[in-house]
Amino acid sequence: MPSNIFEAFSDPQLGRRLLAHLRELVGDEPMLMMEVCGTHTVAVSRAGLRSLIRPLELRSGPGCPVCVTDDSDLAAVVRLAKTERVTVATYGDMLRVPSSAGSLAEARAAGADVRVVYSALEGLKLAQQRREREVVLVAVGFETTAPGAALAARRAVERGVSNFSMVSLHKLIPPALQALLSPGRAALRGLLLPGHVSTVIGSRAFEFLSREFALPAAVAGFEPLDILGALITLVRAAKAGHPAVYNCYRRAVRPQGNPRARALLEEVFRPAPARWRGLGVVPDSGLVLREEYSAVDAARRFGIVPEESMPAPGCRCGEVLLGRIIPPECPLFGNGCTPGAPRGPCMVSSEGSCQAYYRYERGGELVGRRG
Amino acid sequence: MEVCVMCLAVPVQVARIQGSTGWVRTAAGEVRVDLTLVPQVRVGDWVLVHAGFALQVLDEEEARRSLEEWRRAVEHL
Repeated sequence: MPSNIFEAFSDPQLGRRLLAHLRELVGDEPMLMMEVCGTHTVAVSRAGLRSLIRPLELRSGPGCPVCVTDDSDLAAVVRLAKTERVTVATYGDMLRVPSSAGSLAEARAAGADVRVVYSALEGLKLAQQRREREVVLVAVGFETTAPGAALAARRAVERGVSNFSMVSLHKLIPPALQALLSPGRAALRGLLLPGHVSTVIGSRAFEFLSREFALPAAVAGFEPLDILGALITLVRAAKAGHPAVYNCYRRAVRPQGNPRARALLEEVFRPAPARWRGLGVVPDSGLVLREEYSAVDAARRFGIVPEESMPAPGCRCGEVLLGRIIPPECPLFGNGCTPGAPRGPCMVSSEGSCQAYYRYERGGELVGRRG
Repeated sequence: MEVCVMCLAVPVQVARIQGSTGWVRTAAGEVRVDLTLVPQVRVGDWVLVHAGFALQVLDEEEARRSLEEWRRAVEHL
């Protein structure tokens, strides 16, 4: 017996039966669906699900925050890191992402002060400990990460920590999905929606998917049972022609999300256009600091002017992020671009599709059948 | 393997609370997390933690309901 109810979500026996039921529902009908979130990409690949659920095909979407950060934004951060007296605080995944100005790791090797932090508040603490430095947080992430950055911004202003600021590269998932689907939803029959983003914004925030695109969508958790349960719901809805938002992660996600976190986001940030790798500029898909918090706005403090994007030649990360190609279709995949020597962000991030495919999918059918 | 600290949100149990700070039990011992976003949290609750912040208190009753639903769906197999 599991020691708590949440451990039951990784029960392999129930997992096998859900898989059998899913395959029974899919039958011989090929169907294309998308997992939006990078954490789902990794969970699906690690469990070997992709090959087991065919002819249902799951494509990855624009849900890895490191991957969707545009080259020009990252290059601006790398240049900032090389500025005198500046300490850049970043989440670990960002460190090795290549940009046209090099990576943060390379800047650090050349003498820049780049620190890895695990939360936005750690960045603030670093600024309080090192008053002689300008500490700049590289604030990437979706609705899940942004509330923490909002709290750090508020505390910095309240406490007058004048040497702390952030580059807000936060991005919002619903406008990105809108942009992704607007040219036509192509052959997509369903969307697996990000569970953690939904804990903050709520399942209601995705209702436009059924309204505007007649697309079934299911909010899912990250255990194999969660993913299988949500896929069962999606296949049933797709076959019956019932587009709706289904909350299949009810232990964590409420329809209205987390009101406290949403209020904090609203207080500190306002939506603004943002550049996405793959999607280009998407209206209202980013978060910038409101006027009241301009004191912690690194873009203002350092006069950051974004330059042109120059992604690595040959890198097809942008198309991978839109589900247009799968990673092995990129000529660089495993051939000049590996997790050890990545050329693009999708191979760097542990949430990136290319890394997930490289680690878990290269054996094709064999990888899928393991375990 | 590297872990994406931005995206990892795992269920952990709250062991202690002091103001808006809490300590959760993990395999690596007790870890400090910020509880500002979950004002309703109590000691013993299970929470989702993401990048140093508890994002949501998990609902055990809903967890049971989901498992029940899935077990019913595969009863015929």
